Amino acid sequence: MKKKSSQEEVVKKIESIAKDDIYEKIKKRKLPELQMPLRALTNVKYDPKDGFFELVGKMKERTLTASTIKTFAQTLRMMAHAKNIVENDDITTKREMYYISKNWAEAMFKEQPESDTVMDDMEAMMMVNREQLGFIPEEKGGEVAGKLIVVDKDTDTGKDLRIDCTKFGSGAYSIPISVEHLKFETDAKFILAIETAGMFQRLLKHNYWKKANCILVSMGGVPTRACRRFVRRLSDERKIPVYVFTDGDMYGYANIYRTLKVGSGNAAHINEYFCVPQAKFLGVTPQDIIDYKLPTHPLKDVDIKRGKDALKNDPFIQHHKEWRNALEQMNKMKVRAEQQALAKWGLNYVIEKYLPDKLKKPNTWLP
Amino acid sequence: MAEEESKREEVPIAIELAKKQREISIASFFEKNRHLLGFDNPRKSLLTSIKEAVDNSLDACEEASILPEINVEVVEMTETKFRVIVEDNGPGIVKKQIPNIFAKLLYGSKFFKLSQSRGQQGIGISASVLYAQLTTGKPARITSRISKKHPSYYYELHIDTQNNKPEIIKEEEVEWGKEHGTRIELDLEGSYQKGDQSIDQYLKQTAIVNPHITIIYTNPKAEQIIFARASEQMPRKVVEIKPHPYGIEIGVLLSMLKLTEARTLQSFLMNEFSRVGSGTAKQICENAALLPNTKPKDISRDMAEKLIEGIKKTKIIAPSVDCISPIGQELLEKGMKKEINAEFYTAVTRPPEVYRGNPFIVEAAIAYGGQQNPEESMKLLRYANRVPLLYQQGACAITRSIINTMWRNYGLSQSKGALPIGPVSVVVHIASVWVPFTSESKEAIAHYPEIIKEIKLALQECGRKLASYVGKKRRLQFEGKKRDYIKMFIPHVGEALKELLKLTDKDEKNIEELLEEILEKKRGEMEEIEAKNLEYDEEFAKIGKEVETEEGENNEEKE
Repeated sequence: MKKKSSQEEVVKKIESIAKDDIYEKIKKRKLPELQMPLRALTNVKYDPKDGFFELVGKMKERTLTASTIKTFAQTLRMMAHAKNIVENDDITTKREMYYISKNWAEAMFKEQPESDTVMDDMEAMMMVNREQLGFIPEEKGGEVAGKLIVVDKDTDTGKDLRIDCTKFGSGAYSIPISVEHLKFETDAKFILAIETAGMFQRLLKHNYWKKANCILVSMGGVPTRACRRFVRRLSDERKIPVYVFTDGDMYGYANIYRTLKVGSGNAAHINEYFCVPQAKFLGVTPQDIIDYKLPTHPLKDVDIKRGKDALKNDPFIQHHKEWRNALEQMNKMKVRAEQQALAKWGLNYVIEKYLPDKLKKPNTWLP
Repeated sequence: MAEEESKREEVPIAIELAKKQREISIASFFEKNRHLLGFDNPRKSLLTSIKEAVDNSLDACEEASILPEINVEVVEMTETKFRVIVEDNGPGIVKKQIPNIFAKLLYGSKFFKLSQSRGQQGIGISASVLYAQLTTGKPARITSRISKKHPSYYYELHIDTQNNKPEIIKEEEVEWGKEHGTRIELDLEGSYQKGDQSIDQYLKQTAIVNPHITIIYTNPKAEQIIFARASEQMPRKVVEIKPHPYGIEIGVLLSMLKLTEARTLQSFLMNEFSRVGSGTAKQICENAALLPNTKPKDISRDMAEKLIEGIKKTKIIAPSVDCISPIGQELLEKGMKKEINAEFYTAVTRPPEVYRGNPFIVEAAIAYGGQQNPEESMKLLRYANRVPLLYQQGACAITRSIINTMWRNYGLSQSKGALPIGPVSVVVHIASVWVPFTSESKEAIAHYPEIIKEIKLALQECGRKLASYVGKKRRLQFEGKKRDYIKMFIPHVGEALKELLKLTDKDEKNIEELLEEILEKKRGEMEEIEAKNLEYDEEFAKIGKEVETEEGENNEEKE
């Protein structure tokens, strides 16, 4: 029932933009214009009280100019498509949307990133999730193992489906694209969000979750929206802390961890729901590289640049002195270390020494 | 051998040589050096003969304020022999002068005066007569009449080359339908071809810058072309002037000082030069540190040099324009429009300037774009005193000035030391009381810095206007492209809105029309900047262009 009304709301919203901002203006011989928030780090602010990147109000316009007319037409055509699928209770994947545009002659998208951008802009313009517009991503949501029972619904019968994440053996539970309807049962002490599938596998192999009484989440790089939302809901509802374990490099800090915790500039319009402000950074910190005498790789120019960019432009990094120090420390050390570098001290060193050690010393974490 | 040499030593060689040394008649000199007067090869010789006759006719008519009507006929007698007939409605020539004017080299009135005319030296027409005589042995046939009250006279003339004197073969009174005018008939060796340096081209280019004349031309193929008068307005009549002090050279100054009747330096300056009043004359004397009452005959070479320095230091107003008759921006542009179908025309007439004491005016016009080939070199039409210059383009100061102008600033491409490339034609006219040609054949203008500077200034002025046109056109093209691009997406907006708001096909059509209207309103009117050329005359433009590809001379002189 609730779903139904939210669909009607979305359709109404689409129609009102098409009518008030475009059609009525055209009839009055005025320039029609679509306005949407600028999605970029330059247009967000970070307030730790709210805990996520918020848009500050810079807008971009699409109208009858040479540089915006194409996306103007594409946005309207995509809005028409979205209205259509929402009314018919259907879905379109991001990739499908890209192919559908191939019917639009000169207005078609040449590459999928173009159609993804227009889709994200539509989200931002209407302040709704793309899922509400009927669009779904192809991306995997991440994997989960450990002390958790996920309560899903059988799509045929509508009955509760209890999924025990301890029962996947050497495999894992896949986070679905939409997680809003899930319920959770757990007595785990914490959630450990891990950057690489390799480290996730190592911890799984030795049933680390049993030993530490925790839930393991494999993010596989920058966490998807679904993964972020899953961790957020799980943590909020069951009141369990979230610790993040990534490679000791700029990408792990400024992209993976920062996006999980406060969201991204590009998706600033939906950060409020797709972030985990309570997350803490466990490691690998620059100091860990020294303390645990980890084997390193020299920083490449792109790493150094990424670090400098983060220090200069990332409101989250700028806000936290600890992070500024960490990044500057790494730039000075000129080296980085991967999670798996801990294997230098033995395959199970991470389980037996590193993680227990770090969990005991919150003062070595980063905010 | 040795014996001979020793014999020679006895009589100084100079005495032997002296036996062979005697005065060379100008006519004999020409016999050997006819290329200097433009009679290098049969094709050019035929053109030069006609050119000299036509130039003379036009000068005579204009001097007498008669709107010129000139009949030119070229008859092919054999493949290499032609009969040339040029007949005008000019003032005619008095009986006594006819033999001298046509059969004595360096005879005439134009050399001695400073005023703008086509002929200058008094060589041209008699040289044609001589050339005809040398190549066919036939005398020149002249008919002339000065008014209906006077009879017409007919002459057959040869030139006595030894003595540079006319030799009268026949002299009689004849019946002639014309009230006044002159007709000359020459048989000479030549070769007729159309193309860039042809008679047809010469006459056409003459017509372009002389809209007040009518030429009826019958070519060797017996085709008649009439270049009809486009304007009843005669060019402003020019007055003779005295030299301007600026640019006078020491040699000329010294001979002027010798010949003058003035008794003081001050009155010499005032009487013999233009633009010098008593104030200016005193100023010159002061600047030259010479006393104004010095006798001209007492002025030494050193003092003359001081005088020239003094002139340079003195501010003297520019020479009067009365002595020069420019074509004028308007007529220049009009003439170009007739010949070239372009999209942009501009012309400029510079203020008068002075070289070597001679005032001159430079005019230039540019035609850009349209049907002209963008891959080709600039097309150049050169004129001096309203006479087209067809040969020796490479040696001419006009060409040099064009090459030295930075055409890239004006949107054309140009490699170093070359004419620019682009859809562009340029006309340059220099009018002067004395046009400095590189040779008697009057084909190229000498490289005087003052002249080159003026030509460049004229070209730059045209160039700036061209650049602003080209820039504007580029912006408009870009704007047009932008609009087309935006318009391409308007139907998509219509279709999306129709789908979104469940509109009718009629609504959709209406949306598209309104959007186009909004777009035009927002971006402003597209300006139409290409010139509508109503003057372009396709038939006219074709004249002299069809190049017949016979062997040989076609390519000579192509720079």
